[in-house]
Amino acid sequence: MRGVTKGGDPRNADPAAPKPPAPASRRSRPTPHPVLLRWLVLVLAVGVWELVARAHGSVYFPPPDRIARHVHDLWFDGPARHLFLTSAAVADILPSLGRMAAGFLLATVAGIVLGVMVGRSRRAYALCNPVLQFARAVPPPALVPVFVVVFSFGTPMQIASIAFSAVWPVLINTAAGVRNTDPLRLDVAAVLRLNTAERLWFLVLPSALPRIFAGLRLSLSLSLILMVFSELLPGTANGIGFTLTEAQTRSDLLTVWAALVLLGVLGYLLNTGLLAVEKRLIGRERAV
Amino acid sequence: MRGLSGAAPVRALRGRQELWLGLLGVLLAFGVCEAVSRAGLVRRSYLPPASEVLARAFELAGDSVFLDGIGVTLRAWALGLALACAIAVPLGLLLGSVPLVDAAARAIVELLRPLPSVALIPLVSLLLGSGTETEVTLIAYASVWPILFNTVYGLGEADPLAKDTLRAFGFGRLAVLLRAELPATAPFIAAGIRISAAVALILAVATEILSGFGEGLGIFIAQAGLATDGTRDVLAGVVWAGVLGLVINGVLVWGERRLFPWTPEHREAARQGAGR
Repeated sequence: MRGVTKGGDPRNADPAAPKPPAPASRRSRPTPHPVLLRWLVLVLAVGVWELVARAHGSVYFPPPDRIARHVHDLWFDGPARHLFLTSAAVADILPSLGRMAAGFLLATVAGIVLGVMVGRSRRAYALCNPVLQFARAVPPPALVPVFVVVFSFGTPMQIASIAFSAVWPVLINTAAGVRNTDPLRLDVAAVLRLNTAERLWFLVLPSALPRIFAGLRLSLSLSLILMVFSELLPGTANGIGFTLTEAQTRSDLLTVWAALVLLGVLGYLLNTGLLAVEKRLIGRERAV
Repeated sequence: MRGLSGAAPVRALRGRQELWLGLLGVLLAFGVCEAVSRAGLVRRSYLPPASEVLARAFELAGDSVFLDGIGVTLRAWALGLALACAIAVPLGLLLGSVPLVDAAARAIVELLRPLPSVALIPLVSLLLGSGTETEVTLIAYASVWPILFNTVYGLGEADPLAKDTLRAFGFGRLAVLLRAELPATAPFIAAGIRISAAVALILAVATEILSGFGEGLGIFIAQAGLATDGTRDVLAGVVWAGVLGLVINGVLVWGERRLFPWTPEHREAARQGAGR
């Protein structure tokens, strides 16, 4: 299964855990038309849901076609020059994504820079490790109230919450990856008289890249969780999470489901995007 | 590996040095937080001195209401995690051993997984109200995925030779599963449970903070956050949450090492001496 090591597991940043071998090593099992079967089952499941929901007329589980239509009406019914986005989409989806991107990028940059600094020296690693382990062990939502006090409600609070939660997996994984640079290669770099920057760019970072991406995957799912969480708090003014709470207070189940579908699709696209970047970078690295 | 060339005493010395350095790091972090606050670099209501936070955290250890809250949170955490195990392990065994089911279920699994679990809080609250059921359901939902994926993955890593041997001796499908595949998968399942334990804690705290009333660690944090100058209490709660996370993780890692000492990562850790 492709997602095995990628996992929806925001916390699997344990540096002690070896990366399991590539799923390609699994012995292949012959399956008749796997792709076809997969889609067939999905269509079947949605169909059953549709039929049951229509038959029962439950408010809590609206039929999928109504949810899909609602998603379209809410967000993708706009004019063509706005890329078909409605004003609600511009007001809610874009701020959410913007905050997430800002928080995730901040966490990525800070995590990699600090991780390299910590991982380069055995002493620095030993010095920081307990504090980092503690920081990672704190469930991130617990810290959000602190950011609410410091920044009050709004975008800075949300970006800070996302960045502060997402930074630890990247940092810890980068440090572990940098620490495990092949000593033989470091010797070669010394023989070639590479300076620090060159050594970092040509040797240390590339060899730490698989670990860094393992951290980034966790950070991405944490960013998404914190994006939603920080918007669910009472006091926010816009965002997908805000749409969710607002629909919840109105008991508007259709909008709740629509927002969930939207978040699921966004999460899928973001994960797939990160995997594509990883494949490109690490694939090239292996080819060299 | 550098660790292999060194003699045992050198390694022990190095381990002790790392221990002291780690302790120094903790003290430094503590000192910086304390100094930043005392020197007035940030407002005291933003970052109270670390000593006050720690004192408050210790004080809370004697507060029976707070301890009851921790108990409520831990109970929901344990229930949700147990439920997730009860669902994910059999399902993972099924998906991993019957390729047809695996191929069929994969589309649904791949669609459900990327949904940030916190987003389900409003829906589940509408369905089940804002009680323990909601919390347990959400924890279970979020914790299912790491266990499920690790189980399926572990099954794929089981030694085919062992399975073929059992089959050659006339053992049936179920016997092969129980005698060869399940023991080979167990370390993977345990690692999945460890990951899920952290996820479950996140969901427990998140649900409680959002629901805002009742009992629990998250509720303590949420209410402290609303009070004026409540940051000290919030941070004391955060310290407790972090310690809980560390203890849970530590116990599970210890358990894994005891139960599955043959897996490569634990052998490695054992060889390096007293680990992390």
